[in-house]
Amino acid sequence: MPNYVYTMLIPLLPLASFLVLGLFGRKRLDAAAGIIGVLSLLAATVLSVVTAYKYFSTAKVNGAYQQIIAFKYTWLQFSPHISIDMGVLLDPISVMMIFIVSFISLMVHVFSLGYMKGEGRLAAYYAYLSLFTFSMLGLVLSSNIFQLYIFWELVGVSSYLLIGFYFDKPAAVAASKKAFIVTRFADLGFLVGILILAFNAETLDFGILIERLTNTQSAWSMAITGSSFLGISALTWGLVLVFAGGAGKSAMFPLHIWLPDAMEGPTPVSALIHAATMVVAGVYLVARLFPVFSINGAALNIVAYVGVFSALFAATIACTQTDIKRVLAYSTMSQIGYMMFALGVAKYGGEDGLGYMASMFHLFTHAFFKSLLFLGAGAVIHRVHSNNIKDMGGLRKRMPVTHIGFLVACLAIAGIPPFAGFFSKEEILTAAFHSNKLIYGVGLLVSGLTAFYMFRLYFSIFWKKSPSVLEEDGAGSSRIHSEGTASMKLPLILLTAASILAGFFPISKYVTSDAVPLETHVDWVFSIAPVALAVLAILGAARLYKTENDKPEKLAAALGAVYQSAYRKFYIDEIYLFITQKIIFNGIGRPAAWIDKNIVDGCMNAIASATAKIAAMIKGVQSGKIQNYALYFFAGIAGIAVMVIYLWR
Amino acid sequence: MTGIPLTQILIVSTALFFIGMYGLFTRRNMITMLMAIELILNSVNINFVAFNKYLYPEKLDGIFFSIFIITIAAAEAAVAIAIIINLYRNYHSIDAEDAGEMKF
Repeated sequence: MPNYVYTMLIPLLPLASFLVLGLFGRKRLDAAAGIIGVLSLLAATVLSVVTAYKYFSTAKVNGAYQQIIAFKYTWLQFSPHISIDMGVLLDPISVMMIFIVSFISLMVHVFSLGYMKGEGRLAAYYAYLSLFTFSMLGLVLSSNIFQLYIFWELVGVSSYLLIGFYFDKPAAVAASKKAFIVTRFADLGFLVGILILAFNAETLDFGILIERLTNTQSAWSMAITGSSFLGISALTWGLVLVFAGGAGKSAMFPLHIWLPDAMEGPTPVSALIHAATMVVAGVYLVARLFPVFSINGAALNIVAYVGVFSALFAATIACTQTDIKRVLAYSTMSQIGYMMFALGVAKYGGEDGLGYMASMFHLFTHAFFKSLLFLGAGAVIHRVHSNNIKDMGGLRKRMPVTHIGFLVACLAIAGIPPFAGFFSKEEILTAAFHSNKLIYGVGLLVSGLTAFYMFRLYFSIFWKKSPSVLEEDGAGSSRIHSEGTASMKLPLILLTAASILAGFFPISKYVTSDAVPLETHVDWVFSIAPVALAVLAILGAARLYKTENDKPEKLAAALGAVYQSAYRKFYIDEIYLFITQKIIFNGIGRPAAWIDKNIVDGCMNAIASATAKIAAMIKGVQSGKIQNYALYFFAGIAGIAVMVIYLWR
Repeated sequence: MTGIPLTQILIVSTALFFIGMYGLFTRRNMITMLMAIELILNSVNINFVAFNKYLYPEKLDGIFFSIFIITIAAAEAAVAIAIIINLYRNYHSIDAEDAGEMKF
């Protein structure tokens, strides 16, 4: 068996770059920061590709891919059985993920060379990017559920730093705090879930944990299914709480509220974190524990319904938003909903595991076309200096590379053959069709909505107005410069190629629920419905948005309250504000503050002021006259003498 | 000597004690205060010796104690006079009222 110890370097290279840039960057390396970041990521990407090649060509034993622990170090030994290890676990999904994460991160680093040119604090920017990449790679390679939790929190911290990169903008500060608090709140559930699972399985190691809990005859499995709380078994509680953590990071309803606001960060960051990597951490987590999920129908159903509801919910909102990045954020949420419900409808092993494979496939293809969309949006924003699609239009001639890339990505996400999204979405819908017709129906509807809102965005940016109109509106040519440097175009071109080709990648041979390759085939008859729906939606979007007209306004007016509530994101933010500010602040926070101020502090203040008052009263005794002191002394002695003689005799 | 009862000796020593006490509290001159303290110590010595003689004539403990007290009184006088000299150097006075800075 080949030696995989070098895979340790894949997360460590970005860490090294983070340390170098973080410690010495500000003073000496500001100009070279980008180069250092790109080089370390390039090395990590090359290593991941080598690892992937080696793993998929040699790790198959008896027709199934083996889990390989490439490296393991016992970091913290709690008890003879339970320890927190730092390790590297290689299996099909982690190998796939290191490739995606390092490749997308490399693209984002390269794109940033052009996009962030002229911004201040470049060393800090690249240091944060490296820290993020390190944490994400560490997360996917974790061999121990607690190691995964540590990296999970590191991912949260680095995303907080990156969202708040423009910390002089109040909106960015608020968004970074919101992202951190919401995901942290979800992580509380994750931690409790880990503790429940680890307490019952008596291990934190993924391999052993899964083995013990899936074997329904084992003592550990009996213990966890036997004990219950509120009539629900401990296993279900554990899995649902773990999923809550995943839902927080993956922006599933109702913990999605941080994702749209997180778009305040620099656009390449949105491409990296909020499109391709961090938000799929939740999907990855469920996939990592999938064997355990698959034996618990209740938890799996929750995953499926939360996923499908989030997909529909986000797609509806995406149709009404006018901020280019927010539309993409909601579309991300919707696509992750797809991945979640695909996992939710899957079962372990063989043909039933189609959903699992489809989910991973969609994760794979989505990473390419969504980061392409974000980077394309970044190029557009770089050029027109606005996030609002009303300020855009007619850009297709001025930004040909971006235009082609964006079009390909839109076709891919809409599920038009032969682009990447078509294949993965078909697999997901097939899996849903075979297990739950309701989910299939909603999934189909959402795929139509996806095509509609993506092409609404596409036509609004690149068509609508004639190019000359933009020139006149644009207040002179100084604001409208060229499409961008080569470093911005290169990632766009590479990702465009990936978005076209990724769908042909025979993922079922590599990534399946039980690691045994699976034969799949595209059922062309089955694809007719979603593709026809997508084409119809595209035509509808073209009719409404390709040229400037008043049809969208009329449609919005006709939909009235429905449009308004979708535009206001179904008032979820308002509900949260109501719950936190009106109920929690008034009902819990203020009474607690009152108790703290008046009772806890009050006791201390009363003691202090009583001491001060008594001291003020008796300080006259300290007269400085030595004979007075002697007199008190004798009086005391006399008093004691009297007591000794008359009282205690 | 044997005809004097214990009570009369105690009256003398009590008188001596309170004379010393009176001197300590009314005089402002440090040397006089020191002398008053010596009076108090001597009244204690008289008590020790008298109790030893009248109550436990076969033992010598009380006499030992009074010798100790005399020794300590000598040492105490040396220290006290050194303090008074230092006080004089700082205040050009040995009046207890003049060294009244140590107050609140």
